[in-house]
Amino acid sequence: MYRETQIIETDNIAAAGADAAGAALVINVGPQHPATHGVLHLVITLEGETIKKIEPHLGYIHRSIEKMCESLSYRQFIYVTSRMDYLSAHINNHACALCIEKGLQLEIPGRAQVIRVLMDELTRIASHELWWGAMAMDLGAFTPFFYAFRERESINDIMEETCGARLTMNYMVPGGVMYDLHPNFQKRVKSFIQLFNSKIDEYDDLVTGNIIFQNRTKGVGVLSREDAISFGCTGPVGRASGVTCDIRKLYPYEVYDKVDFDEIIETAGDSYARYQVRLKELRQSVRIIEQLIDNIPEGDFQAKTKAVLKLPKGEFYSRVETARGEMGVYIVSEGGTTPYRIKFRSPGFSNLSALDHMSRGSKIGDLMAIMGTLDLVIPDIDR
Amino acid sequence: MLSLETITNSIQQWLYSTFNPTMALILECVIVMLLVIGLFAVLGLVLVLMERKVAARMQIRLGPNRVGPKGILQTAADTLKLMMKEGLTPNGADKFLFNLAPFMVMIAAMLILAPIAFAKGFQIWDINIGVLYVSAVSSMSVIGILMAGWASNNKYSLLGAMRSGAQIVSYELSAGLSIISIVVLTGSLQISAIIHSQQSGWWLFRGHIPAMIAFVIFIIAVTAETNRAPFDLAEAESELTAGFHTEYSGMKFALFFLAEYINIFIVCAIGATLFLGGWMPLHIGNWEGFNHIMDKIPSSLWFLGKTFLLIFLIMWFRWTFPRLRVDQLLSLEWKYLLPISMFNLLLITLIAIMGWHF
Repeated sequence: MYRETQIIETDNIAAAGADAAGAALVINVGPQHPATHGVLHLVITLEGETIKKIEPHLGYIHRSIEKMCESLSYRQFIYVTSRMDYLSAHINNHACALCIEKGLQLEIPGRAQVIRVLMDELTRIASHELWWGAMAMDLGAFTPFFYAFRERESINDIMEETCGARLTMNYMVPGGVMYDLHPNFQKRVKSFIQLFNSKIDEYDDLVTGNIIFQNRTKGVGVLSREDAISFGCTGPVGRASGVTCDIRKLYPYEVYDKVDFDEIIETAGDSYARYQVRLKELRQSVRIIEQLIDNIPEGDFQAKTKAVLKLPKGEFYSRVETARGEMGVYIVSEGGTTPYRIKFRSPGFSNLSALDHMSRGSKIGDLMAIMGTLDLVIPDIDR
Repeated sequence: MLSLETITNSIQQWLYSTFNPTMALILECVIVMLLVIGLFAVLGLVLVLMERKVAARMQIRLGPNRVGPKGILQTAADTLKLMMKEGLTPNGADKFLFNLAPFMVMIAAMLILAPIAFAKGFQIWDINIGVLYVSAVSSMSVIGILMAGWASNNKYSLLGAMRSGAQIVSYELSAGLSIISIVVLTGSLQISAIIHSQQSGWWLFRGHIPAMIAFVIFIIAVTAETNRAPFDLAEAESELTAGFHTEYSGMKFALFFLAEYINIFIVCAIGATLFLGGWMPLHIGNWEGFNHIMDKIPSSLWFLGKTFLLIFLIMWFRWTFPRLRVDQLLSLEWKYLLPISMFNLLLITLIAIMGWHF
């Protein structure tokens, strides 16, 4: 039974460019909802099934990570950042380590550089795997989730063996990596890569070629190149709209300038393009790993550093390409043992800001395709 | 030979010889009612377990394997849990309609069981308009779903119910048209007559390609009518949390859940009856030996085998396909399935008139 108070007439309909004849239906998607994959709260104004407006409400998982970092030493704060984008925890740590090394003007050994890149790419594969499964689940296909987790599990095992943890690895330290590689590492990565190459084709068979899937994603949630730039969309979301934004190519760090890989660019800007970019990125990550896995140089895995790190007075910024886009770390140092101020630039926040623009006029079912291909990780948006 | 037909006949004879006709009829009704309720419980348990096992198989996992040998008692344990749970009625809900809705859905499902022939001579009510009765009663379940969505006072439920209404009403057309094509071939609406007409071969094979098209359309349409993936928009877990039954808990939820599986069983039973010959064994031309062996298999097994084959097909859909969007769902029906099945009906009529079928 519908009470009057719930159906409200709003001015937003006229603002959204519709005829204001119908009544708007406001629904709350989240903070607990199967499709938000976290505590994201979207206030959606609907007209029938058509989305008129989306307002993301944040703050349900705000932990003041940036403020916490100010009271932790340069060695300690890296570990907190694993809890931001927990699916690419490794790459977050990498960004912080890079920033501190920049401040200390530290040269890190070649072996550590290669290990870092290998770990980054494995993390990227694991993250895209989870995205693939979760996105298919948003679209109503449950089985891909299990297929994706089967492969992701072997990456987690590799991580566990070398880093001692499966999700929040905390493996990167200023000056290199925390431990040397496990003796099994190369063997296991190689067998994983061999297995994985055939599995990507299986993913295509199961989801990409499906006519229902293509109808659900093609032409849905189109983000033009200009809009992608103005919203600051990076990563696969930006590249699907034709924006060249791969930090690994634009501002190469570690050994990314020495390995051979392509930056995947699609121009359609719809959900299907975002899907294609991520699937092709999986193959590129495999390519990077294949080039490096046999060429890990001998030597130290960590540069010699002082027990207590002190960054010189000044401001430092470093950026890396996480699985979701550009991750920036901005440190203001007063010369002490803890940062004076830290700001993280997270890819998810900017990508989420484009959601309203992309979904207006779509059906509520499209919202799941759009959110799924934005690949939102809520603790990354809401730090 | 011991068969279900002889058992039912001897029970009937005993009833009519012991009691007066009115009393015997009442007793028969009571027995049938108990049997139907028992069938519901058993089907619910079996189909839910089957779905979970099929899903597990497709998703490279084991599925329920803890309660009872190989997990076969899992659904019984789940039912027990649901019975223990409190059936909440949300604030602001229309209590009467809210509580009535699951029973409406359930009653609609129960009524359709009447004309289905489970085995040779084992049928509750061989009404002469059997097929018409089935299509008429099966559309009643939409009332229950709309009622649930409206009465829940929940926006997700309302959206789910609206979707479901549009969907069931649309897909009934193509389901009806493909049913009619078999009626045209048979020349009868009576279920037993339709089965008997398939003695020499099933309509799926005898009606040339148009019958196969009708069968495919029938399967698609009934998948949509029972709100199963890829047409499960009324529930659409990732969009509407659980659609029309979001607010239901405990046994009221269980009734919706059960009705969904019973509906699957019923539509598959009808599909098996119309296209695959019901309880008729498989006969191939003049292979006498083969046909003779096939005749030895009990008719109830034939019926259940065909039905469960179709059920497996529908479960297979669910664990393979992504969900359609609501506008795509409706355009699939109105732009493709309906024109195709109308044209197909013309072809079948032509075949029937000219006597071109085998």
